[in-house]
Amino acid sequence: MSRRAGLITALIAVILVALWFLPAWAPYFYIFVAAEILILGLFAAGFNLVFGYTGMLSLGHAAFFGFGAYVTAMLLLHFDTPLAFALIASLAGGGLLALVIGFFCVRLTEVYFTMLTLAFGMMVFSVAQQWRSFTGGSDGITGFAVGSFGLGLDLTLGNPAVYYQLTLVIVTLAGLCLYLITISPFGLILRAMAENPERVAFTGIPVRRYRLYSFVISGAFSGLAGGLFAPFTRVASPETLHWSQSAEPVLMSILGGSATFLGPFIGSAIFVLLETWITSFTDRWMLFLGIVLALMVMYLRRGLLGTALDRLTKRG
Amino acid sequence: MAEQNTPILSTDALTKRFGGLTAVDGVSIALNEGEIVALIGPNGAGKTTFYNMVSGRMTPTSGQVLFHGSDIAGKPPHEIARAGIGRSFQITNVFNELTVRENVQVALVSHRGKSLRLFAVLGMDRALRREADEILARLGLESMAELRTGTLSYGDKRLLELAIVLAIEPEIVMLDEPTAGLTPEETRAVIELIRNLRAERPYTFFITEHDMEVVFGLAERVLVMHRGQLLATGAPEEVRQNPEVRRAYLGDEEEDSAA
Repeated sequence: MSRRAGLITALIAVILVALWFLPAWAPYFYIFVAAEILILGLFAAGFNLVFGYTGMLSLGHAAFFGFGAYVTAMLLLHFDTPLAFALIASLAGGGLLALVIGFFCVRLTEVYFTMLTLAFGMMVFSVAQQWRSFTGGSDGITGFAVGSFGLGLDLTLGNPAVYYQLTLVIVTLAGLCLYLITISPFGLILRAMAENPERVAFTGIPVRRYRLYSFVISGAFSGLAGGLFAPFTRVASPETLHWSQSAEPVLMSILGGSATFLGPFIGSAIFVLLETWITSFTDRWMLFLGIVLALMVMYLRRGLLGTALDRLTKRG
Repeated sequence: MAEQNTPILSTDALTKRFGGLTAVDGVSIALNEGEIVALIGPNGAGKTTFYNMVSGRMTPTSGQVLFHGSDIAGKPPHEIARAGIGRSFQITNVFNELTVRENVQVALVSHRGKSLRLFAVLGMDRALRREADEILARLGLESMAELRTGTLSYGDKRLLELAIVLAIEPEIVMLDEPTAGLTPEETRAVIELIRNLRAERPYTFFITEHDMEVVFGLAERVLVMHRGQLLATGAPEEVRQNPEVRRAYLGDEEEDSAA
């Protein structure tokens, strides 16, 4: 058991080192692909705290992701805030918005919870699209410059390779933080709630409140991912708030395996790579994604990583 | 002690109505500290509803549930659990995806106030591990600690349920048909186990049961419910002789569907 854990840690370390040196050996184009995988992977992993670990399907997480993108974009545009502080603000903003939305949503369960998250997500999208004077309407926020990082670090963030490496470090740290939460006593309570909330309540846990905690943490990490996304795409657009954006972390978690911590990252890689590869010869990439997803759900129900780990441990 | 005659838990005219149906109609009972009390009654007698109101699963329409003298009626389950009333369920209610040890740890994390530790590693908390293993050992499940619970036999899952209840160190242990679905040997083992547990600590057991062998082999006092009301209460032998109780059970067949 611990030998396997060591093996996985070593494998992850090798992958991280390879990713760090990616700009040195891969074509320029792949830096963008890798950055997108990392950012959306963090978004999906944050989402999966609610979905895979707490057992609640949210279809409104784009609200937190997009909100994080707007927070960083606006702070950079209006105040030339160092990026580090803008990202912290995105993290806090995502968590705060999740607190407000979650306050209402966790009162409901199952499909009603899902519908309410979807409804709130649509509301946030509408606000961003219609409050033109503040949010730039359907154009979103553009024309902001990424200046300094802050914290005494002198980084040339305008260089995509540097921004990519910064993204790698932040996503790794945030991922580690999320991982610690999943293996904590708190994480155990979440996993237990996913399976049987009533039994958990009868051990003395106020289940609704713990659902909210999970939702807020999840929203915060989604917000951080959004904050990283805006400088990467040079825009905070209402599309990042659209409900179709909320579907992405769901698909990624399922593709990679929602019962595993790294599943959403693997799912993000599958998703982005498939998109990149298929769109290079056809516009109808959604059709192919649909086929892949259908096959996965039918034959690899626990996702790619989930199924692989099952095979390794020979677990039924 | 002066408190000897004060019941640890009592209900006062506890009532539950579902629309026009009165499932529990003004039931008043008292449990004394350290006794083993069984709640019995034909199907549809209202005992499950009554049981659920005491443990916080259902809100009473009227009446009181007094625990150490304060009214806990209508409080949410987590508050009642924290106050010191633990319960198991008729349908096996364990966490199949977690390991056996983790099942007990869920309750321990809650009981020890560790449920908001976000950055501690569960696997490195020695106290939680030791305590969970001690509880598993009391129920003879220690060799299964690392197994995924879904792989356990039905009988072992029922024991694990009991382990989860004991982990919150309740004063009152409520067991909803603890031997339902068990083989005769397993049933006898559970009876023995409950006796031993009570010998270790002054738990008050409040049990619902269908199996009369369990009721008469274990309970020190029996409460009989019928048609939403308390029909009789007394020592097992008294209740067995009670003509009204006999009539209620004989008439049972026609009322089976009235749950």
